[in-house]
Amino acid sequence: MVEEILVSIEKHIQAHINVPGALMPLLHAIQDDVGYVPESSYSPIAKALNLSVAEIHGVVTFYHHFRTHAPGKHILQICRAESCQAMGSEALEIYVKKTLGVDYHQTTSDGAITLEPIYCLGNCACSPAASIDDQVCGRVDIDRVNEIIAEARAA
Amino acid sequence: MAIKIYVPRDSSALSLGANKVAANIQAEAVKRGIEINLVRNGSRGLFWLETMVEVATSKGRVAYGPVMPKDVASLFDADFINGEAHLLNLGLTDEIEWLKKQERLTFARVGITDPVSLEDYVAHDGYKGLKNALAMSGAEIVKEVTDSGLRGRGGAAFPTGIKWNTVLNAPADQKYIVCNADEGDSGTYSDRMIMEGDPLVLVEGMTIAGLAVGATQGYIYLRSEYPDALVTLNEAIANAYQAGYLGDDICGSGKQFHLEVRRAAGAYVCGEETSLLESLEGKRGLVRFKPPLPAIEGLFGKPTVVNNVISLATVPIVLDKGGQFYQDFGMGRSRGTLPIQLAGNIKQCGLVEKAFGVTLRELLYDFGGGSASGKPIRAVQVGGPLGAYLPESQFDTPLDYEKFSEIWAVLGHGGIVAFDDTVDMAKMARYAFEFCAVESCGKCTPCRIGSTRGVEVMDKIIAKEDHAKNITLVRDLSDTMLNGSLCALGGMTPYPVLSAMNHFPEDFGLEKGQAA
Repeated sequence: MVEEILVSIEKHIQAHINVPGALMPLLHAIQDDVGYVPESSYSPIAKALNLSVAEIHGVVTFYHHFRTHAPGKHILQICRAESCQAMGSEALEIYVKKTLGVDYHQTTSDGAITLEPIYCLGNCACSPAASIDDQVCGRVDIDRVNEIIAEARAA
Repeated sequence: MAIKIYVPRDSSALSLGANKVAANIQAEAVKRGIEINLVRNGSRGLFWLETMVEVATSKGRVAYGPVMPKDVASLFDADFINGEAHLLNLGLTDEIEWLKKQERLTFARVGITDPVSLEDYVAHDGYKGLKNALAMSGAEIVKEVTDSGLRGRGGAAFPTGIKWNTVLNAPADQKYIVCNADEGDSGTYSDRMIMEGDPLVLVEGMTIAGLAVGATQGYIYLRSEYPDALVTLNEAIANAYQAGYLGDDICGSGKQFHLEVRRAAGAYVCGEETSLLESLEGKRGLVRFKPPLPAIEGLFGKPTVVNNVISLATVPIVLDKGGQFYQDFGMGRSRGTLPIQLAGNIKQCGLVEKAFGVTLRELLYDFGGGSASGKPIRAVQVGGPLGAYLPESQFDTPLDYEKFSEIWAVLGHGGIVAFDDTVDMAKMARYAFEFCAVESCGKCTPCRIGSTRGVEVMDKIIAKEDHAKNITLVRDLSDTMLNGSLCALGGMTPYPVLSAMNHFPEDFGLEKGQAA
C-alpha cells in the first residue's frame, strides 16, 4: 500500500517537474489521486523541485484544502460564512456535529464521513449550503442534511 | 425537428437538483417518443426559481420553475414542450420583469447560450471584441479600456486601463495575464456564474488583455471550492484552442496567447493579488510588500496584469461596442454596470446586473422582495466578510464606489448579504475576527495576533466583563489592524467590527448614540 502510493507520487512528480510553479498543481494531483498528501511525499517532491522538505511542509499546511492524513470515505463540508449564517447555518452545524458525534476536522467512528468547515461555496443565493464530495447542496435544512448523510453512508 | 430544452449546469442549480431534472426530462422524452435537444446552459440568475427549465418555442423561450425532479412528468402531460400552461409556467423568459429591469452587459449571454459551445458564443456576438482588438495596437486597446472607465471589479476598484498601461510600458521578455478567480467573499458568486455560464467571455477578455500589453501566457487562478467551474472552464479553453482562438496563431493573426487554469487550495488570503502570485509560483500565500507593483514585477518577477473575473469578462463588450458605450452607464466616477449578487436572508436571491446608481433599497425590496423569513431586514453586509454592515437608515445609498466610501463602507465585489432582526451583531463582529484568524497569512502581526485577541475581547464584551474597558480596547485594536496590516484582510476586518458596533450599539450592551 505504502509502496503503491510512493509509485503514484513519483509518477505525478515526473508529470509536473517542468511545469512553471509546479508545486500547487503537483500537490493537487497527489491529493486527487491518493486522497491526501502523505508526509512521505515531501522528500521526493523536495528533491525533484529543488526545494527543502520544510518548504513543502510549509506549503501543504498553509492551505486548508490539503490534508496530510487519509480522510473518511466521504467529506461533508458545512458553510460557515455570513450568507449561510443569515439563513441558519449555525443551528445546522450544531445538529450535524451532534448527529455525527464529531467536531470539525474529525471523522466518524465508522470511517464514513469527515466533517469540515468551509468558508463559502459560492452558493450564497441558496443558503445555507453544504457539500458532499465536491457536490454542492443548497437550502440545506435538517431533513436535507439527514438525507445527505444517509445517502453518503449507503454509497 | 428536435425541441430545444434548457436545463442549467450552474452549480447553484445543480445544488437544487438540476441534474436529476435533466435526467428525468431525457428519460420522459424517450418514453414518450419525443425528440429533444437538451442544452445545459448557465443560470439566468433567478435562484428562487431554480431549477428553471426553458423551452424554445416559436414565440420565444418559455420558462418553467422552480422545477423539482418529480414535476417533470406533469410538465410533459401539460405539453410544456410547446410552451403550454402549467402551474410552474413563468411565461416568456424575456418578459420576466426581474430580468427586464436589468442592464446585462457582462452577463449578456449567461443563461442564454451553451457555455462551452463556440458556435453559440459566436452566434451571440462572441469574439467581436477580439476581432476589433486584433486590428488595433496594444496602446489603442489600452486606451479603449481606459476610456470605458472600467474599474477593478474584484473590490479595489482600481482603473483597469491604468493598470494595463503600466504593464504595456514595462519592457520584458515575458509578461503574464493572471485572472483572479479566487472568489472567496461570502455573498458573492458572479465570477462563478460567468465561469460556469459563459466561460468563453473570460477567455476572450484575457486574450484581449494579452494582446493589449504583450503577454503571451495567461493563468486563471480558480478557487478549489468551484469544481464545476473548473470543468466548464477547461472545456471552454479546449474548444477555444481547437478553433484557433487560443494558441500560437490566434485567428491567423500570427499572435499568440496561451491559457491555463490553476487551482487554488482554500486560502481566502490568496484572493489578494500578491498572495495569489506567491501561490501561483508554488509558495505559501504570503502577502508581498508593494512596491514593486505586480504590474512591474509580478508572476515569476515579470510584469503581470492581475484582474478579477468580472473585469476581464467585461473587456470583450468594451472592445466590441467601444469605451464610450460602456462609459455611458453608471454615475459619478463609477462607470458601467455592476453584477450585484443578492444573498443571505432575501426572498428572491439572484444576480442583478445594473448600472451604478441603483440603491440598496431597490435591490433588497424591488428585486429581492424583502427577507426570506418575512421579518424586517435589520442589517446588510455589502462587499464580503471585510465589508461594513449597514443599517436600514443607509439603504438609500446608491451603489457607487465613492458614495459608499463616504459612509465608511465598501462595494467590494458587489455581494449583498441581508440579515433579519434575529441577527446578533456582536456575534457577527466576533465572527469577523474569527474569520480573520482562520485566514490570516501570518505576515503582519496586527492581523495574525490581533484577530485572535479580537475574538477574546469580543467574548468579554458579550459576557459584559470589564465592559467599558473592552469596548475601548476593541476600538484600539481595530485601529492597529486598520493601519498596521499590508493587505485588506487585516486592514479591513475592522470594517464589519466597527460598523456593527457603531450602527447597532444595543447589541454590544451600549446605549444608542453612545457608540460613536
